[in-house]
Amino acid sequence: MISIWFFIGISLLVNGALILAAGIYQLMNRPETITIQLYDLHANVWWGAILFVVGLGYCLFFRPRGSRA
Amino acid sequence: MSPLFAMFLTGTLVHLSFVDYIIVAFYFALVLAIGWYLKGRANTGEDFFMAGREMTAWVAGLSFLSANLGALELMGWAGSAYQYGIMATHWYWVGAIPAMLFLALVMMPFYYISKTHSVPGYLKLRFGEPSRALSAVSFAFMTVLMSGVNMFAMAKVMQIVLGWDINFSIWVSSITVAIYVSLGGLRSAIFNEVLQFFLIWAGALLVPILGLYEAGGWTNLKLQIAERASEQYVHMWAGLGQFTSNPMGIHWTGIVFGLGAVLSMGYWTTDFLVVQRILAAKDIRSAEMAPIIGAGFKMMVPLIVILPGLLGLAVLPMKLVPESVAAATGQHSFNDVLPLMLARYCGPGLLGLGITALIAGFMSGMAGNVSAFTTVWTYDIYKPLMNNKASDQHYVSMGRWTTIVGVLISVGTAYLVMQFASIMDYVQALFSFFIAPLFGTVLLGMLWKRATGAGGFWGLLCGTLSSISMWAWVKVDPTALRYVALSPHAKALAQDMYQALWSFIVCVTVTVVVSYATKARPASELAGLVYGETEVPSVGDLPFYQKPLFWAAVVVVVFFILNIIFW
Repeated sequence: MISIWFFIGISLLVNGALILAAGIYQLMNRPETITIQLYDLHANVWWGAILFVVGLGYCLFFRPRGSRA
Repeated sequence: MSPLFAMFLTGTLVHLSFVDYIIVAFYFALVLAIGWYLKGRANTGEDFFMAGREMTAWVAGLSFLSANLGALELMGWAGSAYQYGIMATHWYWVGAIPAMLFLALVMMPFYYISKTHSVPGYLKLRFGEPSRALSAVSFAFMTVLMSGVNMFAMAKVMQIVLGWDINFSIWVSSITVAIYVSLGGLRSAIFNEVLQFFLIWAGALLVPILGLYEAGGWTNLKLQIAERASEQYVHMWAGLGQFTSNPMGIHWTGIVFGLGAVLSMGYWTTDFLVVQRILAAKDIRSAEMAPIIGAGFKMMVPLIVILPGLLGLAVLPMKLVPESVAAATGQHSFNDVLPLMLARYCGPGLLGLGITALIAGFMSGMAGNVSAFTTVWTYDIYKPLMNNKASDQHYVSMGRWTTIVGVLISVGTAYLVMQFASIMDYVQALFSFFIAPLFGTVLLGMLWKRATGAGGFWGLLCGTLSSISMWAWVKVDPTALRYVALSPHAKALAQDMYQALWSFIVCVTVTVVVSYATKARPASELAGLVYGETEVPSVGDLPFYQKPLFWAAVVVVVFFILNIIFW
């Protein structure tokens, strides 16, 4: 049976990748109007990267193999 | 809980980008995929209703916590933090931690070894059919209504925050919940609750991090709050000596005895919605560890709920107002604080994740209510009262159909609430009527072997009726607040605390008096149900760091340290 933690990993991995990609896109194409505070911290870049790495770790560690619950 | 139903603002709070919509759509695809994957593992009654009783302590513990971590809670308590300050944290610490530890160490062994399917099921074993019928019918009725309230609240929030059509939100969320719960049963609901837990942290943790950065740290934040509101807003206990010296209008006795000793005990130890998650644990150690793990994380939840509310006080340029004022003037209400803070810091992608976390909170709230309703209906109403000779397969089919019917009733409730918004207030109040007396009944049942079936039934009934009477009394005559809540200055939350305390006392008193007037059951019939007649199972010969008692002690120490720091 696939572990719940694998599904968690998939969720974090995909969301992290999408957020990171959106952040990098914004980094390269600075919007004319900034609507959020602390834009220059580029939170979506580093937060997306953190989620991606954590999700990848979960996916690898809890990937379906044999009888791990 | 702060009601959100009265938010009638025009326009939307945030605007999603393309990548945000992809993140929301991915969440729906993932929960449906999980339900589809688990459908082959929900073929027996134990599988469908109890998730096979094979959940680890971590899965059961996070699910136990998530069942209470709905979006209404998040948005409502963030709004309460803006309105009342850090005192709102009491509902996460003294209003939860002692009760969770009590469940783990005192009550869980009885629930677990009795192998009951539900809390009403335990009452049947301990007090007989009338007590079970009373609690099962009231619980089933209220649970399905609460599911509808959740559905309406979600649709309303999505309309206000994103501009989505209410009908679209109601039907998309209800169909999704109906599919994944009817396919995978409780296991599916639990998996999605754990997923929701991670989404909420991933989506909401940035707000306090960036908020504290903008405010210049905790010390500067306190100074700004003292300037813009009052110094009392950053003290949890210091202002509780008098009703008038704190923003909530409550005395410390209400917090400690009403909230900590009765209301939270009732909710966390007898509300089947949360207890069901622990009953699915794979062994007694996991069943005891699960609430302790939940308690550990519960202590951290104020970081993503209360702190954003406090940050809103300091950094938001506008002043938020009560719902009634917001409805009349078009200003933002207290309950908007969390979406406003999300919109303040979160750009494309992050905003989608934050909104997904809210949607996940609403949907798992619905799924939790529906799965608990399904179990209580099938095992505590349908089976004993209508058809007790059917096969296991029949009850599983009944569970699947009940899930769909429960969702449809919830949809009906959602539309009813839409027509008569005040019903939402009544439903929430009604639900609270049963919690405190039920705790009295279950507690005496587990700890006092002299309690009889008649005592349990009449105590539960009188306690519930007393709670309803007090609530109606204050509705009809608001000056009665000085008697019910001990002060004319008490706010609604303070009234709830004292109402719970009195109804618990009525329940216990009636149970004791009637029990002494009726014949006790033979001790031999109480084995496995009552302390003193039960050999409490051991968690095994484990190193100290694997024992539930050790981790409960760690949680207690952290609990006291946190309360002292934020005194």
